[in-house]
Amino acid sequence: MTKIQLTVDGDTVSDDVEPRMLLVQYLREKLGKTGTVIGCDTSNCGACTVHLDGKSVKSCNVLAVQADGREVTTIEGLATNGELHPVQAAFHECHALQCGFCTPGMIMQSVDLLNDNPNPSEEEIRLGLEGNLCRCTGYHNIVKAVQTAAGGAS
Amino acid sequence: MTATEERAATAEIGRDRRRKEDQRLITGRTRWTDNITLPGMLHLAMVRSPFAHATIRSIDTSAARTSANVVTVLTGADIADDQGVIINAWPITKDQVSPTHLPMPSDRATFAGEIVAVVVARSAAEARDAAELVDVDYEELPAAVDLKESAADTVLAHPDLGTNKSALWTFDSGEAGTGGDVEETIDKARSDGIVIEREYRQQRLIPAFMEPRSTVVDPTGEQITMWSATQIPHVLRFALAATTGVPESKIRVVAPDVGGGFGGKLQTTPEEFITFAVARRLGKPVKYTETRSESLVACHHGRDQWQKLTLAAEKDGTVTGLKVELLADLGSYNALLGGGTPVLGAFMFNAIYKFQAYHFSVQTVLTNKTWTDAYRGAGRPEATFAIERIMDELAAELGVDPLEIRERNWIKHDEFPYTTVCGLEYDSGNYEAATERAKEMIGYDELRAEQKQRRESGDRVQLGIGVSTFTEMCGLAPSRVLGSLDYGAGGWEHASVRMLATGKVELVTGVSPHGQGHETAFSQIVADRLGVPFEDVEVLHGDTQVAHKGMDTYGSRSLVIGGEAVVKAADRVIEKARPIAAHLLEASVDDLDFAGGRFSVRGTDQGLTIQEVALATFAAHNYPEGIEPYIDAEATYDPINFNFPHGTHLCAMEVDTETGAVRMRKYVCCDDIGNIINPLIVAGQVHGGVTQGIAQALFEEAVYDDAGTLVSGSLVDYLVPTAADLISFDIDHTTSPSLTNTLGTKGVGEAGTIASTPAVVNAIVDAVRHLGVNDIQMPCTPERVWKAVQGVGAGGDDPTAGAAMPHFDEQEGGAQ
Repeated sequence: MTKIQLTVDGDTVSDDVEPRMLLVQYLREKLGKTGTVIGCDTSNCGACTVHLDGKSVKSCNVLAVQADGREVTTIEGLATNGELHPVQAAFHECHALQCGFCTPGMIMQSVDLLNDNPNPSEEEIRLGLEGNLCRCTGYHNIVKAVQTAAGGAS
Repeated sequence: MTATEERAATAEIGRDRRRKEDQRLITGRTRWTDNITLPGMLHLAMVRSPFAHATIRSIDTSAARTSANVVTVLTGADIADDQGVIINAWPITKDQVSPTHLPMPSDRATFAGEIVAVVVARSAAEARDAAELVDVDYEELPAAVDLKESAADTVLAHPDLGTNKSALWTFDSGEAGTGGDVEETIDKARSDGIVIEREYRQQRLIPAFMEPRSTVVDPTGEQITMWSATQIPHVLRFALAATTGVPESKIRVVAPDVGGGFGGKLQTTPEEFITFAVARRLGKPVKYTETRSESLVACHHGRDQWQKLTLAAEKDGTVTGLKVELLADLGSYNALLGGGTPVLGAFMFNAIYKFQAYHFSVQTVLTNKTWTDAYRGAGRPEATFAIERIMDELAAELGVDPLEIRERNWIKHDEFPYTTVCGLEYDSGNYEAATERAKEMIGYDELRAEQKQRRESGDRVQLGIGVSTFTEMCGLAPSRVLGSLDYGAGGWEHASVRMLATGKVELVTGVSPHGQGHETAFSQIVADRLGVPFEDVEVLHGDTQVAHKGMDTYGSRSLVIGGEAVVKAADRVIEKARPIAAHLLEASVDDLDFAGGRFSVRGTDQGLTIQEVALATFAAHNYPEGIEPYIDAEATYDPINFNFPHGTHLCAMEVDTETGAVRMRKYVCCDDIGNIINPLIVAGQVHGGVTQGIAQALFEEAVYDDAGTLVSGSLVDYLVPTAADLISFDIDHTTSPSLTNTLGTKGVGEAGTIASTPAVVNAIVDAVRHLGVNDIQMPCTPERVWKAVQGVGAGGDDPTAGAAMPHFDEQEGGAQ
């Protein structure tokens, strides 16, 4: 067991974890942050995407111990004071989700994409979301939502 | 009453309401089954056979049992008496040959991925660690892998059955009296007409819903509660009760938030039954959540057919007869629908065309591969693909535009209702209008001109325009029709409307959504019908103790059948409220009008809203003699017919003749799905549906090696398309309301998937037809396209072969 201390969605947390424990398992099993989900075992689907020190990572590809001393933001910590993040609002407005399972990861990746490139072209959006799979929407409305959020931000 | 009047002025049906479901889903406030944790909960890990076919000689669980925090390890023999049986609800013929499907067999594994033991531990990680320690002594048996070879009984998937041939199901229009003799039309066409014969491959697909399946069972109450990532909580409860001996009334099944299904969760699974058995045995809550790799190998697959078609036509291209002979791969068991899935396509190969004679047969075949069942469209994508591909071949034979050959043969808008050669009555449609609109959207004539120019100049990049003028039958299904087809259940749906004292309305529906947006769409229907605010309607579903009756969600049935039950239940609420309102208003029932949520006394300004009547009924201080103080109502609706969405999908594909790479340039569709409740939700269904059909055409295939191992067993190898693989779509609608339900709606959940696959493949073939190519096997990978263009084992009359993934070819020697 290794002791880690980190900040998750603004709260400081501290736990003893197995060295092999993945960040996503730590979030779900130890902290009850079940908004972040597991969709695959080969890091293809991106459903578990969170921000680590402000940059998107697939939390199935990060060990919990690697997050020691760092800052994690999950989908549950994205809205501030009850107000949706513009990307969350755009996903709702543009009907960019159906079953919603990929949505937390898709939103976290979209936020990161817009942080890097506030005015992306459609192609840049599609390439930027390549690591996140959605089976319901055909991505059409997800692309639209990112464009909408970008427009709202500029 | 200003608010009421405003409400009446704004109809909810037809509005692009943003979804009620979204708030929890975009903030991570979700209740997926895997999120459920109960005190003392134990975790399961499955031990799965690595062999496609093997005798289980012995299982040594001793090392696993002593692993850290392992509670027990169970084999098929250990739970033989209480594990139940996985049911096949649709024996398609009286003499169907079908192996018994135990959740966990103890003697023989029949596909790679079948469960042979289960480890129970205090954590999921510890259960998986211990599963590695279970030592199974297998004796490998020859495996029936290839569909055609299996149909010849070369190797038996189940030696005790003596054959792999499960059932031969036929429909013949001559015998049924719904049309002529197909052989006569073919003979006539051979002498003085046109005969087109083709064989197409429907590759095996994997539904690949995003949420891996998960099941939690809590046996600690009076009822055993199962939460499961399922489309069919009601069917699941029935199957558990019917085969385990636990009374149905002692089982509660809950489908909480469910992350997609596409037919893949239209199943009662070994994993659910084993979890149920373990929980009962240990008396503790247990959870099983599959990994993605397990999901790909053990969740049922879809499609997997060889299709032989013979089309007869007159010299001018007027079609006369169609003969369809299918081989369908069941995998190692008859699944819930099993052979019924290809039968769902039996009535759709004739599509929108006026054939005089039709013959259909499907031979279902057992193999040692993952069992197959419904996947988005279930039988109808297969049918639509084959007919739309061969209509293009007929057009090519005649040298006319593929739209022209279709128009010559389709049912004209003034010929509805039209009884097809299968005996189905298509109630409404307008193929001319949808086609005209789609042509306009894509700029059809301009694209044809560009295509001509590229051909003439010998451009390295050729352009193809693909056509699919599809229809489908959906809204499963009239119960009597299901009975006549030997299906084991009905196709009705149930709804109830509860009027709460505070004016809120609870709608309970027997359908079980997993992404479709029923909470929003059904709220719109209730809001319109009862004249209450959209926000005041709460939709409850997916829990057999809340929604006690239901047939669940699949087959594009939820709105057209479930929605009709909602309408009937809501109308009954109004009728029950009417005498109470009249009594309170001291008026005659006959003098009351109901509009915009308000009962008003004709010719006066006196009135009461239905929500006020609900409160008065709750108080029950003042109501008429002889009636109950109760205005809640329920309804069960059994449809009178299927419904028949249709549309014209057009796709422009660029093909690089030097590399085989394809690029989708434009995709447009104009669908006619009758009246639309929520255009936003409909657009989402079309986008997603079209994408899954495109994925079949271009990317996805479940590939097995010669030993029966699934080699596309992870999302690295099974190519679910990404955002970067796709383009934005251009969609529109024409509206021919269905005449078989009050709302005039038709199903939309499967339409896009059914329509798009042939549009894409037709476009690719169209781009290179002048190079001598008339088919490319799906998925149309660059390698296959390149080979076809080069004429390497392809082009001409031979479809391309070779596995979807080039690197498999080296290992398999080009098998599959």
